[in-house]
Amino acid sequence: MAQLTEQQKQEYWKFNLKLTLTLLAIWFVTAYLLSGLFAGTLNQVTIFGFPLGYYMAAQGSLIVFVIEIALYAKIMNKRDLEFGIRE
Amino acid sequence: MTLRKIFTLYTIGFLGITILIGIAEKAFGLPNQWIGWLFMGLSLGIYILIGIITRTSNADQYYVAGRNVPAIYNGMATGSDWMSAASFISMAGTLSVQGFQGLAYIMGWTGGYLLLAVLLGPYLRQFGAYTIPDFLGARYEGNAARIVGVLAAITCSFTYLVAQVTGVGLIVSRFIGLDFKVGCFVGLVGVLFCSVLGGMKSVTWTQVAQYIILILSYLVPVVYLCFKLFSVPLPQLMYGKVMQQNSAKALEITADEKEKATRAIWKQESDELAAKMKEPGISEADKEKLAAKKKVADGQAAAPAKEGAKVSNYTQVPTGVKMWNFLALTFCLMVGTAGLPHILTRYYTTPSVREARTSVGWSLFFIFLLYFTAPAYAAFARHAVYTNLVGSKVSELPAWITLWKPAGLFEVVDKLGDGLVQFADFVVKSSDFVVLATPEIAGLPFVITGLVMAGGLAAALSTADGLLLTISNAISHDLYYNIINPKATLTRRLVITKVLLVITALIAAWVATQRLGIIVEMVAWAFSLAGASFFPALVLGIWWKRANRPGAVTGMVVGFGLTLYYLLASRFFGVSWFGTSTVASAVFGLPANFIVTIVISLLTAPPSQEVQELVTSVRYPKTGQAVKARVSFAPES
Repeated sequence: MAQLTEQQKQEYWKFNLKLTLTLLAIWFVTAYLLSGLFAGTLNQVTIFGFPLGYYMAAQGSLIVFVIEIALYAKIMNKRDLEFGIRE
Repeated sequence: MTLRKIFTLYTIGFLGITILIGIAEKAFGLPNQWIGWLFMGLSLGIYILIGIITRTSNADQYYVAGRNVPAIYNGMATGSDWMSAASFISMAGTLSVQGFQGLAYIMGWTGGYLLLAVLLGPYLRQFGAYTIPDFLGARYEGNAARIVGVLAAITCSFTYLVAQVTGVGLIVSRFIGLDFKVGCFVGLVGVLFCSVLGGMKSVTWTQVAQYIILILSYLVPVVYLCFKLFSVPLPQLMYGKVMQQNSAKALEITADEKEKATRAIWKQESDELAAKMKEPGISEADKEKLAAKKKVADGQAAAPAKEGAKVSNYTQVPTGVKMWNFLALTFCLMVGTAGLPHILTRYYTTPSVREARTSVGWSLFFIFLLYFTAPAYAAFARHAVYTNLVGSKVSELPAWITLWKPAGLFEVVDKLGDGLVQFADFVVKSSDFVVLATPEIAGLPFVITGLVMAGGLAAALSTADGLLLTISNAISHDLYYNIINPKATLTRRLVITKVLLVITALIAAWVATQRLGIIVEMVAWAFSLAGASFFPALVLGIWWKRANRPGAVTGMVVGFGLTLYYLLASRFFGVSWFGTSTVASAVFGLPANFIVTIVISLLTAPPSQEVQELVTSVRYPKTGQAVKARVSFAPES
């Protein structure tokens, strides 16, 4: 297998950085804003018997985290293949 | 036989035996104590057997399970390594008592995996070492970083370990009727067998087995309860209804005259205790005992809802200082999750970077299954207390209520003397009762309680396994082999590791018998310490080439020291910064670590060319053929 060229390496890293920052931003908004600071406001809405703010902190945020990590693994592993990285 | 077949058969077998025991209970009246012994014997037997089958003395196998654990199994192993006595026994109880504030544990302990997945896991795998101090030593050029790493790893792992042993002692003493102290030592047999015989390899496969028992025993009682109430086996969706019913009941209890009278008695008791504490010449020890009694009385005197409010306190979102503490605790648990060495090393065991990424996903998924259910467990437990206990006659209470008394979790006292159980008569001494006693409170057969016991034991033992290994590897591999005697032979190193395992386990058991603090609190300490010391050094080490040795070493020392200072000062000497609670101590230590590392790194010379290249190499996975996961169960010599 050929080594990655400098340009490829930069491209790979830039993509990785962008993805990482996006996921961290979603993580922050979910955990600290929706399930934290603004949970009181969201609690005024009730869905299936759950106050929404409570639900976000108890279960909603967890679902978001699981999906985020699964997406990260999927996207990065696919990207690796495109760059000929097999390990 | 493939791995999947082995573990499917194992799961079916375990469920089958549980059902058989249930039938024996119904048909022949199998005594509770026997059921307790059966479940403990069965599960410990399985763990010991796996330990024997997978024994090894090959270094790669012993330290990182040969780096060939497939992602999904590493996910399960991480799940049980991760979910401790605190998750299994205490979390639902914390939610039940603290309501919204308790959710910090749920979010913190899952959200941390995102940090782990995108910032650390794959990169650490790419680096490929045996321990976390290994990484620190290589990245920050030398033994200084390694030694700080070793000390931090030992401190937080040991605190955490003591909490696990306490959990084992509690379970064994309650279900088998052994003394708490004896229970602590008995549980260790199961742990030591695995870690001594086969290191990481045995621990990994035992943890997979433990995960299966753990998750089954967590889900079965609450699914059963949900099915009984709604004929739908999905507690995670149905508990919204239960919460509404609980809320209505809480308002009813708040307004009830008899309940008010009972609460007034508790209030009076609390005031009397407060007056006693102020008496001159009272000793510190007595004062503490009175304070503990007052705390219980205060808890009983508090109404479950605000008078005339529309909702109970349960889902109320905190404000002000309480909100600050909620956010701070969530943050500390997240960075702690991404900084605990015994979890990080699990990602060394996957065959490739790709598998490491997938494996973090599986880990969180398996953890999610339990955490997603915990709020439902809390709601169903509260419902069981409201409907099965409140309003029943004291003289007709089932026998198990008195059996629980020695475990010190809860009691029922008829304060008003009217012969009826008021909600305020149900004295909660430890919220751990929620998971451990709910099956009995709800009137489920004892076999379910036995199953819960096996699950709690699996949770505590699997975490203890991982922690013990981390501690002894830190000493034998990092301290002895890498620093003191680099010429030591493999045999010698392994012997030292094994001796250390036994010694560490014994010390942990001895400390646990002193019964300090509650489990959740002690675990939260470990998280703050790990988060404040490791997280910045690891993240900057991977993401910032300029981070160097003086920066990282000072940063870790400052972060760890500041956190430890605030932890002890706020817990024991009444120090309070912005009203921050003890469990969220890392909220000061972690930023301090980042700032100190960055400032000092910039003030001193950049790291060597070699290290900068190392950082670069960690960023791009190597090109080449995919490594296929190979697994062998056969013992190796």
